[in-house]
Amino acid sequence: MTTYNAGECEVAVIGAGHAGIEAALAAARLGCKTVIFTINLDWVGNMPCNPSIGGTAKGQLVREIDALGGEMGKAADANTLQLRMLNLGKGPAVQSLRAQIDRRNYSSYMKHTVELQDSLSVKQAEIIAIEKSDNGFLLTTKMGAVYSAKAVILATGTFLKGKVFVGEVNYESGPDGTFAATELSASLKKLGVQLRRFKTGTPARVLKSSIDFSVMEVQEGDEGLSPFSYSTKTSPKNTVVCHISYTNENTKQIILDNLHRSPLFSGVIEGVGPRYCPSIEDKIVRFADKERHQMFVEPCGEDTEEMYLQGMSSSLPEEVQQKIYHSIKGLENVDIMRTAYAIEYDCVDPLCLYPTLEFKDIPYLYGAGQFNGSSGYEEAAAQGLVAGINAARKIKGEDEIILSRSSSYIGTLIDDLCTKGCSDPYRMMTSRSEYRLLLRQDNADERLMPIGREIGLIGDTEWEEFCLRKQIKEAEIERLENSYLGPSEELNEMLVSAGTAPLDRGASLASLVRRPQITYKMLSPFDKERADIPDSVAFKVETEIKYDGYIKKQLAAVKEQQRLEKMEIPTDTDYSKISGLRLEATEKLTKVRPKNIGMASRISGVSPADITVLTIRLRGEGK
Amino acid sequence: MSKTIAAISTATGGAMSVIRISGSDALTVAGHVFSKNLSDADGYTAHFGYILENGKKIDEAVATVFRAPKSYTGEDVVEFSVHGGKTAALLSLQAILRAGAFPAAAGEFTKRAFLNGKLDMTEAESVLGIITANSAYDMKLQMNAKGGAVSDAVKEIRDTLISAAGDIAAYSDFPEEDIPNINAESIKQKLVSSAEKIEKLIKTFSAGQVLHKGVNTAIAGSPNAGKSTLMNLLCGRERSIVTDIPGTTRDIIEQTVMCGDIPLVLYDTAGLHETDDRVESVGIDRAKDCIANAQLVLAVFDGSLPLSDSDRELISSLEKEKTIAVINKSDLDTVDNDYSPLTTVTISAKTGDGKDELIKTISEITGTAFLDPDAAVLATERQYNCAVSALSSLKEAIETVECGFTLDAAGVCIDDAVASMLSLTGELVSDKVADDVFSRFCIGK
Repeated sequence: MTTYNAGECEVAVIGAGHAGIEAALAAARLGCKTVIFTINLDWVGNMPCNPSIGGTAKGQLVREIDALGGEMGKAADANTLQLRMLNLGKGPAVQSLRAQIDRRNYSSYMKHTVELQDSLSVKQAEIIAIEKSDNGFLLTTKMGAVYSAKAVILATGTFLKGKVFVGEVNYESGPDGTFAATELSASLKKLGVQLRRFKTGTPARVLKSSIDFSVMEVQEGDEGLSPFSYSTKTSPKNTVVCHISYTNENTKQIILDNLHRSPLFSGVIEGVGPRYCPSIEDKIVRFADKERHQMFVEPCGEDTEEMYLQGMSSSLPEEVQQKIYHSIKGLENVDIMRTAYAIEYDCVDPLCLYPTLEFKDIPYLYGAGQFNGSSGYEEAAAQGLVAGINAARKIKGEDEIILSRSSSYIGTLIDDLCTKGCSDPYRMMTSRSEYRLLLRQDNADERLMPIGREIGLIGDTEWEEFCLRKQIKEAEIERLENSYLGPSEELNEMLVSAGTAPLDRGASLASLVRRPQITYKMLSPFDKERADIPDSVAFKVETEIKYDGYIKKQLAAVKEQQRLEKMEIPTDTDYSKISGLRLEATEKLTKVRPKNIGMASRISGVSPADITVLTIRLRGEGK
Repeated sequence: MSKTIAAISTATGGAMSVIRISGSDALTVAGHVFSKNLSDADGYTAHFGYILENGKKIDEAVATVFRAPKSYTGEDVVEFSVHGGKTAALLSLQAILRAGAFPAAAGEFTKRAFLNGKLDMTEAESVLGIITANSAYDMKLQMNAKGGAVSDAVKEIRDTLISAAGDIAAYSDFPEEDIPNINAESIKQKLVSSAEKIEKLIKTFSAGQVLHKGVNTAIAGSPNAGKSTLMNLLCGRERSIVTDIPGTTRDIIEQTVMCGDIPLVLYDTAGLHETDDRVESVGIDRAKDCIANAQLVLAVFDGSLPLSDSDRELISSLEKEKTIAVINKSDLDTVDNDYSPLTTVTISAKTGDGKDELIKTISEITGTAFLDPDAAVLATERQYNCAVSALSSLKEAIETVECGFTLDAAGVCIDDAVASMLSLTGELVSDKVADDVFSRFCIGK
């Protein structure tokens, strides 16, 4: 093939999905000359699976991305069809925003955003080769254009050697009928990148008018919620509803009768699928006792009649899929527009990455998103942002950014990937964070905006608004701690009716808020001096007072952990030369190459005694 | 700020034990368990007093105070020197841990000393071997301890807690899935039953110690009942001075002997009776303390005499589960006395008649009291400390639920309890809760 020199850039991003977009925008916004490549420009920021953003822990991720200066929250707010706060009443640690998104509009918004971004060039091109050069990498497109880049971020999603499975049919393909990236894998292997196969899947899209919604449960949005982004000023309007229906015995029988035709069970699919997102046939087999499985019907957008059937992903043959869907109440006559499929793709074991998302053995090469073994738009965007920031900072000679587990779900996600690895596509959950009472959706700004500001991705307006919010919150907490209410008949009546003890003498407002049964709002009629503060700030005030004891306990644990995180381990440490380490620990440490003792202590197979040995040896060598 | 840690830092078996407390709060913690306030004490000073718990004396002790950086670890340090007889040090350590110190990991004092620049590399290296060896020994103990009974019991508790955490995780992380609703009451039930099991396990610790450190056995009785003769019989040599002058044994004499498979730490005590002799009465007070704290009491009676008032008082004060009435002097004419409800063995300490019968009875009593071969037993201090910290996290979780807080707050406490239980068995905290959720709940978009 004849090639030609297509020019130079500082950061090249391969893939324009949720990871690639954040990576490219961050690098460009930090002043790097950046190019983003996509196989198909009509699919920038595509949602090939569910038309929604957020959800448990994922909603926190989106808020965090926003607090660091990422784009996902703003794009979601601008294209929300329905907004809900999950887990209301289950506690502040687990509340999460979830939005139904207009899929095509979201994609257009993102496409336009990258197009408008200074220093960012957007190219429809398949990268078929990546090679090292004297001052970085050379990327070759299918058309023969050769770009040179100082740093490269791989955000290939499910495109990399993508293969779609529907029953006995399978073929090379990216998601949603796009072309797969078929040649890059071989080139990556030559570079020393070890690849493995993961698998995921998606349900069918069906025609709205063919569904009988009258027999289904309705799920409406919540009103008056704060949107994802701190810079979105109005709460998105709920314009659609979702519906719920269930599988039944008949569905089960159809699946069991046709299991032999599933590529998952016949062994044709070799990739490892996500545990939390099994196909309907997987669910029926693994949970044979369960009488029914839930299914959500979600609209894909305002300008389309396509509906997404959440919970019904499958790789059974198309005709079997029809039977399955037709067996469900309300879907008896459903018209399938796009068939459900499974897709297998190449990705890496993230243990080969530093928590900056740079390859340990290939400087200036980064990975993000599904390429790193994760799953989910939000997880991908979070990694893209961190990879983009770190690539830009490395080029500029600035310190790397590693977010701690105690700072964020983003930090937890990346730490999990890079110290524990993952054996199936990794999804974020609140239970993965030991600090979840600290990592709330309501305080992502306080946790991360100072970092985003320092990095240079938070503008003056956002920063000033943040500082003001923080001041109001602190002043209000202080006021509640120092304002007292005497026992009055009305107050005691309210306290008793809420199931708590009446007052026999004065008490601070804060002490009343601390009672689990009493809310900040309930005290409003008795709190004459209360100023009108935004709901989101009021929520924070209430949470921080009420959960103070638990928050303090978590902060103490963070402090203890930070001591360990501060003990750095030189990257060139030869663990085989450290006597006293057990063999398993030596092997694991050599593979993971932890940045510090804290990280080392989280590696499975490394015992506390190994950590002690390591600590002492390290100090000795440092002298 | 460094976490305050404590451990017994002398090898067992010596005449004295030293418990070292090190860290920012060392003086405060030490003050909590000591009869004197130490918070204003200067470095390099020694203070005589008592180790107390809930106002009760555990042992006499000398507290030596070291101020940072002039100490072994370079931090504030208090070292309690207590009596060498195994239990004293352990009871004192338990009190110190309850007062807020964390158990020191193997080699942790040395590690801190090293990190604070108090040791050079060569010195530090010499402890590395010990750390490694200790952890290997500990692991081996866990694996072998009582045929895996410990790990079975711990695993059962651990699994219950993981499933409670899994219930909360599934309920919180997958609100849109068709997951059975949980209520606080059902979670609380799981927590309460686990807490009870952990408490039971914690109680086995002193029993576990028996295996390694011996049963504390007091030899008690009226003057001249033959206590010292019995001691010498069990020791196989003259350990206590035997005379026919009542009150010869004024101080407590200690000796470890093997009684069948069970090590007994024998304490020969002063004869119990009314006395005006001040020195002797101190000895009698000590004897009473010793009897109260003993795990096994050999109450010796002169079978040739009718019971005295002191004898009757002794019988009524003893717990029958841990007492054997040793009816001595079977070589003389015996009187028909009522020793109920105590288990009796008749011997002649002088001739040795009935010794085998006594050893058999001791084995039986200690067997039922301490050593159910199938029961789980916490064998090491480290295991004990893990169980204690799991229990405290669990209690916090239970309180959180009882107060009406949301389950996310209880969840983090349960996580802590799970982590403690996992470290008890030497497992690392991993994704066990996530694994549990995925295996039990059908979750999927």
